Amino acid sequence: MRYLPLNDADRAQMLETIGVASVDDLFVDVPESARLSTPVDLPPFAGELEVEAQMAALAAKNLSPSQAAFFVGAGAYRHHIPATVDHIIQRSEYLTSYTPYQPEIAQGTLQVLFEFQTQVARLTGMSVANASLYDGSTAAAEGVLMAARVTKRNKAVLSGGLHPHYRETVETLAHAVGIETEALTPAIDAEADTLSHIGPDTACVVVQTPNVFGTATDLTKIAEATQAAGALLIVVVTEVMSLGLLKSPAEMGADVVAAEGQSIGVPLSYGGPYVGLFAAKDKYLRQMPGRLCGETVDANGERGFVLTLSTREQHIRREKATSNICTNSGLCALAFSIHLSLLGQTGLKRVAKINYQKAHDLKDALSAIDGVEVLTPRFFNEFTLKLPKSADQIVEALAAKGVLGGVPFSRLHRGEGYENWLIVAATETNTEADQAQFVAALTEVLA
Amino acid sequence: MSMNRTGRPTAPVVTAHEGFASLTDGRGLLQSERLIFEKKDYTRTGVDFADIEIAADDLSGLLREEDMGLPGLTEPEAIRHYVRLSQYNHAIDLALYPLGSCTMKHNPRLNEKMARLTGLGDIHPLQPVSTVQGAIQLMDVLARWLKTLTGMPAVALSPKAGAHGELCGLLAIKAAHEASGQGHRRTVLVPKSAHGTNPATAAFVGYSVREIGQTADGRVDIADLKARLSDDVAAIMLTNPNTCGLFERDIIAIADIIHAAGGYFYCDGANFNAIVGRVRPGDLGVDAMHINLHKTFSTPHGGGGPGAGPVVLSEALAAFAPAPWVVSGADGFDLLEHGEGESAANFGRMCAFHGQMGMYIRALTYMLSHGADGLRQVSGDAVLNANYIKASLSDLMSVPFPDGPCMHEALFDDKWLEGTGVTTLDFAKAMIDEGFHPMTMYFPLVVHGAMLIEPTETESKTELDRFITALRALAEDAVKPSNDKTRFTAAPHLAPTKRLDETRAARFPRLVW
Repeated sequence: MRYLPLNDADRAQMLETIGVASVDDLFVDVPESARLSTPVDLPPFAGELEVEAQMAALAAKNLSPSQAAFFVGAGAYRHHIPATVDHIIQRSEYLTSYTPYQPEIAQGTLQVLFEFQTQVARLTGMSVANASLYDGSTAAAEGVLMAARVTKRNKAVLSGGLHPHYRETVETLAHAVGIETEALTPAIDAEADTLSHIGPDTACVVVQTPNVFGTATDLTKIAEATQAAGALLIVVVTEVMSLGLLKSPAEMGADVVAAEGQSIGVPLSYGGPYVGLFAAKDKYLRQMPGRLCGETVDANGERGFVLTLSTREQHIRREKATSNICTNSGLCALAFSIHLSLLGQTGLKRVAKINYQKAHDLKDALSAIDGVEVLTPRFFNEFTLKLPKSADQIVEALAAKGVLGGVPFSRLHRGEGYENWLIVAATETNTEADQAQFVAALTEVLA
Repeated sequence: MSMNRTGRPTAPVVTAHEGFASLTDGRGLLQSERLIFEKKDYTRTGVDFADIEIAADDLSGLLREEDMGLPGLTEPEAIRHYVRLSQYNHAIDLALYPLGSCTMKHNPRLNEKMARLTGLGDIHPLQPVSTVQGAIQLMDVLARWLKTLTGMPAVALSPKAGAHGELCGLLAIKAAHEASGQGHRRTVLVPKSAHGTNPATAAFVGYSVREIGQTADGRVDIADLKARLSDDVAAIMLTNPNTCGLFERDIIAIADIIHAAGGYFYCDGANFNAIVGRVRPGDLGVDAMHINLHKTFSTPHGGGGPGAGPVVLSEALAAFAPAPWVVSGADGFDLLEHGEGESAANFGRMCAFHGQMGMYIRALTYMLSHGADGLRQVSGDAVLNANYIKASLSDLMSVPFPDGPCMHEALFDDKWLEGTGVTTLDFAKAMIDEGFHPMTMYFPLVVHGAMLIEPTETESKTELDRFITALRALAEDAVKPSNDKTRFTAAPHLAPTKRLDETRAARFPRLVW
């Protein structure tokens, strides 16, 4: 077995040192009835060659974006990732290290986290950020929980523009801790609908921009109304590349930003692992969930970094912790940080503008097809179409033509009236040929 | 002096230079590295995209005008930055990493290679299911391995880490109680030795936590357990093997007691590596257990994540698993993403999409590589290695529960350090100077000055012996009568950084530059 260094001679010597006759003797505390005497009913060990063949066979059954014209988004986006990113994250010192609980021998990871926090703060415009959470949806849920702690109120208003998976994740966690949620009806331009639902018992309002339909919204008025009522505005961003072009959540008055960072540095990987970004106003620092990395000095007075404010966390506070979170999304945070360091604001703005242009060119081309209506009034790189037939059937028909044409909203949300809505995204990875293929295929499918 | 024909000396002449200091604050080839923000250069970029003009008519009033303050690095600068920083990290690939309860085993590189296959790493979670049949099949195969290894009938794959799995398990338990009119059950029994996440998770879902005591031999005190039962008990949360590295001998009796009282048995599966392939939690009466794929199944720890924490569920809890569900039929595989049909009782959704696919790929690659026989060998060797360390150190370091074998981790306390002026923290930091990462310290809380050593099965005997030699030398030095204990109290001496001031970091938090 190529991963197990002990041989039988080693084992015999070690058993002698321990003073037992066999490895089985080390399992005497297991009730006899529960001790298996033979391997379980699964295949035996296999060499690299065989395992690779099995995995490759599974991979071959999937249609990957590189084999298709690809326009799928709705919370996960295909962007170009520079080769440097994957090279660095596979270095042993990052890949195979643990959480930096021993800062003297983990300054690499810690400085990366400090830089990551600074990048997230600057990208969102907020004053503090944590060292990442599992993903955007759990970050949104943690934001709602934090708002309830801060305001000591018990109700969250969820915009109809919020990604339905995020809504469900927020509902699951919020209901578990006894927070009520009011989820508003999904609509293209839904964010402003929250205004009429803010009340004296509102802990927070959760809005998304660009929202699940791609609509970009100025949240300034919603922020003012939310804060006037003593509640917190939580701004969800699922496409962080948009922040290269659009006003930052902070500039519009956000109290908390909960974002999915996948677009920068992290591959699609069928939905995970991704990286949750969590940023807030300074005054909420001690109420924030997740790990925080802070600057300090060592015994020689030299700058160094440590995990800090852990008195909020489960391993110190146990049942009084602000959250039960134990891990962050370390390696994905590293990937995000490397990619954003390569981009810089200069590169980020350029990629963002290309995304904008590709999506708007695509919108123009698709809206020229008979029966296709564009619903989203203003957007970054994603928009929603209303088709003359069920979007579900249309994406299947498009897939048969080598086009992955978007996400039917009905897949995300079971409700009347959305059956024909299709969410379409374009990024810098799309070529003119991709667009032409999409237009031709949709024209045929609708003919 | 020896020299070659051009006059270059070929053997050292001067051999020592006390108090050497470099002229420019250098530390030899260990390069110090500033923050990327300190250069304040926002014009550079390491990606070559055209700077196009866009009209952006639809976004008037929404455009970002402010300066972001995000520096850019060209590729050589970026590579240098991150490679230099990497030199400050310790890693499993450098030496044994004996963090108890963390299972720092070797991460096979085949796992990484498979996760990067285009057909697996570059597919979107919301592509039509007809175009991702291989991905859903992979989830199904992984589920079959996890169910077979644990002897449990169902698994919820989506939780993103161990603590997220605990949350999933407790939410399923809560939903099951509510469905059977037992919603008043809101107390969870937790041993004092539990991981901090257990009480934190219980409190998170609105349950109150009641601690149960421990016997002198480090196991659950059954008499105390019985005394703390009441009709509002929802569940017990128990780690097995427990956090003292011991198998709970009365585990089946404990399961029977909690079931008879109307509660469920949640098992913290952090220590599954000790028993994989040899003991099935389903045979012990477990109702729910998370499996840390980043521990037992070798997905990389990555400096603190991402993890993955699928939860296996008993028949009683299976119907309450969160979305999504993998199902298979004549037309192939499908994903149920909404509560419908047999999953109508589900309590909701743990996260967007379908969980940590990248980790599923790595974990399944690991399982296929080992097979049923290899996994049995994994637990055997893991337990053997831990007992070898325990046997090789117990004459010098005190063992709080000396009777019988330990499982995959060896627990020591600080009794043997009494009166030496050396603490567990000092001893752990001194290990760094000998070339090893410290063990888990001050955990479990039930043992004073705890030192929890988990070597894992991927260490050779040579590496174990090197580790034992280092610890024995340190232990002998620690107890030697001497007034100078700075080897320990000022340790580490040879690490890239000296001990850091954590109090200052917390008192004057500076989290962004």
